Amino acid sequence: MAKVIEGLYYSESHEYVRVEGEVAYIGITDYAQHALGNVVYVDMPDADDEFEQEEGFGAVESVKAASDLNSPVSIKVLEVNEALEDEPELLNKDAFENWIIKVELTDKSQLDKLMDAKAYEAFCAQ
Amino acid sequence: MNNKLYGNLIFELSHPGRRGYSLPKNTFGHHEIPSNIKRSTDAALPECDEMTVVRHYTNHSENNFGVDNGFYPLGSCTMKYNPIINEEVAAMPSFSNIHPLQPEHTVQGALEAEYNLQRALSALTGLADFTLNPYAGAHGELTGLMIIRSYHQSRGDEKRKKVIVPDSAHGTNPASAAVCGLEIVEVKSTSEGLVDVEDLKPLLGDDIAGMMMTNPNTLGLFETDIPEIAKLVHECGGLMYYDGANLNPLLGVARPGDMGFDVMHINLHKTFSTPHGGGGPGSGPVGVREDLVRFLPKPHVVKTSEGFTTEKGCETEYNVESSHVSTFLGNFLVSLRAYVYILTLGKENIKMVGPLATLNANYVKECLKDVYELPIDVLCKHEFVFDGLKDKSTGITTMDVAKRLLDYGYHAPTIYFPLLFHEAMMIEPTENESKETIDSFISIMRTIAQEAHDTPEIVKDAPRTTPIGRVDDVLAAKHPVVTYRQMLQEAQ
Repeated sequence: MAKVIEGLYYSESHEYVRVEGEVAYIGITDYAQHALGNVVYVDMPDADDEFEQEEGFGAVESVKAASDLNSPVSIKVLEVNEALEDEPELLNKDAFENWIIKVELTDKSQLDKLMDAKAYEAFCAQ
Repeated sequence: MNNKLYGNLIFELSHPGRRGYSLPKNTFGHHEIPSNIKRSTDAALPECDEMTVVRHYTNHSENNFGVDNGFYPLGSCTMKYNPIINEEVAAMPSFSNIHPLQPEHTVQGALEAEYNLQRALSALTGLADFTLNPYAGAHGELTGLMIIRSYHQSRGDEKRKKVIVPDSAHGTNPASAAVCGLEIVEVKSTSEGLVDVEDLKPLLGDDIAGMMMTNPNTLGLFETDIPEIAKLVHECGGLMYYDGANLNPLLGVARPGDMGFDVMHINLHKTFSTPHGGGGPGSGPVGVREDLVRFLPKPHVVKTSEGFTTEKGCETEYNVESSHVSTFLGNFLVSLRAYVYILTLGKENIKMVGPLATLNANYVKECLKDVYELPIDVLCKHEFVFDGLKDKSTGITTMDVAKRLLDYGYHAPTIYFPLLFHEAMMIEPTENESKETIDSFISIMRTIAQEAHDTPEIVKDAPRTTPIGRVDDVLAAKHPVVTYRQMLQEAQ
């Protein structure tokens, strides 16, 4: 059973947003890494790149498929998780611990439209 | 037979100085190669005698698996049998020894065969004319999209840059659109696996170049809302593109042109029995409605009162981006095989292809759906998709089942596509197979489902009987070793 963590915001395309003060971390959920299978490559943006809500900011490639990463909210990228360049399998080990990008939120009100842990768990069970 | 020695890499069989030929002493003199273009070190080529080379490649060829070896239910690929008569005709010197630059009056027969195939494909699809020039399906898609773009540009309509592609589409659809410089907009499927018309409506506008659809779609389901979708797309000024990858079940029964499609490609190596796998080569003819014929690539075979000739690009009024996609007339000998296939079946028998392919797929589906998960339980067309084993408690994945099938001498189905299901297993038996072959496949699939329950380790470790066992997909994707030199470096 896929893990879901309380206190995060979730999108329908299986990304999460973890807000910590003025910054936030975006990654893929445990459900997503399960569905993808062994991750072999993570295509990440550059720092300072800006993305609108639902815009693609990268991709995750597994042995099964390549999936776009969509930004759940409008963001400015502060930092990418460089560890994933050499060890993309970290996403399989712990998807919540290994965030993909650290960002600044350009419109915090967009968070309200995302799912909470309970709603996301129900969404995955569908 | 698989001899271990000859199964080594050809480089590993190499011995310095060994040769497969000997030439008589040169008594004619020779020209020195200028030193500025001469290489400074010898090329690292394997040095082997002829018999070693023959044994090496013969042993390797015996590790291959093709339609001529056994059942090959690779979904979406239509791995139908390639009749020998196709090969016999393609090997005739009057076809195989001609040159594309020969004067046209000396190759009237070849041009007539091309012309007749263009006409036959038009008759089977309900479109006005075809080009046989694209080399494969994806090349056909690109050509078709270039035609669509050329059409919009010819009307001065430059803002149409988006192509709508369903989430169930073949990966080549968005890839071809991107290569063509178009932006991809995804339309979702309903829970019944069909294009969601309500999701489509808000996407339509004056920036839409067209919509790509596969029918039946990649779940093997017939898209029932095509007339409405075509109407909506046409109303917003876009064109409808038909991905002919799944044309087989419709062959002789229904025609994309009649459904409202404006442009389509056909995979001759799927629906029309030309070689497939092992490099083909493929062929992806593109058909268009009447007013788009002028955008078809050149050269294009036409019939005149003096015989058959080809229209050249430089002679036409429209010099558009779609006007040249290949050298000469594409893979001519592949087109010829497809023409032979159509003539062999004839107008009446070709109508049986689709229904028999559909019957076979439904038979397999119904015989296995109690042990494999069937997410959408309706009548399918030529193929269907299981979502792994029904009993999810065994831990046996679709990958494991596919690998275990190899042990039993079957080619695996397409797996992990379409992406709509996590454990997708896409099975397409084609119309060729006998009931005995299909029944034995069903029985093996049931055996594997039972093994998953009783002895899961056997399935987890499969394949055991193949020359190479379970490969490490992750390592292969992350760290591919593809040259001998790299292999030597790794070993150090």
